[in-house]
Amino acid sequence: MFELLGIPPQVLMGQLLLGLINGSFYAVLSLGLAVIFGLLNIINFAHGALYMAGAFVAWMLLNYFGIGYWPALVLAPLIVGALGIILERTMLSRLYHLDHLYGLLLTFGLALIIQGLFRNYYGISGLPYQIPDVLSGGQNLGFMFLPNYRAWVVVASIVVCLGTWFMIEKTRLGAYLRAATENPTLVGAFGVNVPIMIMLTYGFGVALAGFAGVLAAPIYSVNPIMGEQLIIVVFAVVVIGGMGSIMGAIITGYMLGIVEGLTRVIYPEGSAVVIFVIMAIVLMIKPEGLFGRPV
Amino acid sequence: MTEPAENLLLKVSGLQGWYGESHVLHGIDFEVRQGEVVTLLGRNGAGKTSTLLAIMGILAKRTGSITFQGTELIGMQPRHIARLGVALCPEERGIFSSLSVEENLMLPPRIAPDGLSVERIYDLFPNLYERRKSSQGTKLSGGEQQMLAIGRILRTGAKFLLLDEPTEGLAPVIVQQIGHTIAALKDEGFTIVLVEQNFRFAASVADRHYVVDQGKVVDMIPNDQLEQNAEKLHAYLGV
Repeated sequence: MFELLGIPPQVLMGQLLLGLINGSFYAVLSLGLAVIFGLLNIINFAHGALYMAGAFVAWMLLNYFGIGYWPALVLAPLIVGALGIILERTMLSRLYHLDHLYGLLLTFGLALIIQGLFRNYYGISGLPYQIPDVLSGGQNLGFMFLPNYRAWVVVASIVVCLGTWFMIEKTRLGAYLRAATENPTLVGAFGVNVPIMIMLTYGFGVALAGFAGVLAAPIYSVNPIMGEQLIIVVFAVVVIGGMGSIMGAIITGYMLGIVEGLTRVIYPEGSAVVIFVIMAIVLMIKPEGLFGRPV
Repeated sequence: MTEPAENLLLKVSGLQGWYGESHVLHGIDFEVRQGEVVTLLGRNGAGKTSTLLAIMGILAKRTGSITFQGTELIGMQPRHIARLGVALCPEERGIFSSLSVEENLMLPPRIAPDGLSVERIYDLFPNLYERRKSSQGTKLSGGEQQMLAIGRILRTGAKFLLLDEPTEGLAPVIVQQIGHTIAALKDEGFTIVLVEQNFRFAASVADRHYVVDQGKVVDMIPNDQLEQNAEKLHAYLGV
């Protein structure tokens, strides 16, 4: 078979797939961050912890209640979203009249507390979560082996991302959201209950993180620090894509996952830092991000 | 001033208002009757816009009394005031750049069943019909944005409109069109409070004029007595 720059195609395709998987998580998580930042003006540092909570809720549903993967895919995001709504109502909503920094500090503190709680009860060695039977095994595509579950992760994340994009950009509900992002005072003066919208938006944004957590559970072990590791990269993705653009967050997520995968083939030593290097370059050339609006 | 009429819609008395520590309204008193077009005239910074924002509840720090159809608005949230049938067309027009023209028009929720139909709004503002699929509301001309800002609050069923300088910065032919629209709305039973700097425009559409100066209402002039009061008014407005 053909070789590219002396790299066997199996290796290239394998790393591309891995990059696409990572990109799926970057996309879903940075999408949630972008939606929350748009309306609440809060950088949700608790996002990684809530992604982890999503994986743990799926694990708990299975081990304590015998509820399997498919129901958990719906239930866990709902539970994480409800938790987010409680956090928003009891704490975040008290900070909207203050500087953004307070929201950042609060969500950072919440992230530490949530992680600490799980760490205290479950340790950090990680808990296994089985791939559902239907999605075990894989396809031999000739040039590479494609595990079914990984293909499912890519498809599911694309569907959720596009669904969210459609809801925000093409529906009446999304029009309220976009309008309130621009001028919440005026939208309120039209008779719309903006505080409820903000609450539901936060709930939805963190439910996306919970959904990503369930998707991740069978791939990575369910671990209290799984969010901490991922979220740093996701923040870099958000900076590169630019805050406030829904499609920008999605495209940047997948793109950087793939770039990271390619780097692992071409220059493995650079794969851990490539996203941060890109972030530095983007910040120098276009500080508002690739898809961001100039401030 | 005049004794309270039976068909009183809005009564503002002793209204004081603050932006943070800055005291901007020092006792605003005026009344609007059902079906009237009333203007607030005055110099820049006299407190006209602040008065509209206080009625809408956006200027939240306010004391005194604002009653609309007998309901006290002081202490109410803007969204609840809107639900009573009060609609604001703000000075900066407030067109949303991330919404298309049609989305901007359809944005304010209906609060009463008898709002204008979309067809009737396009009938009043033919330009909007031509531009309805335009991707961004803010790509419209200033006049079209103003028509959109007025048009979208006509759909909701609100019958009491607060229009803040709708003619500011617009070409004479557009100002004329907005004047016709206001007359048409009055005929359809809308009640309108109009903040204006353009005195001649105000005279062409309004029933009565309140003069605002330094956060207070200092005079009221019926439109049919404008001529007799022209000199006094010029002194107030400094023109």
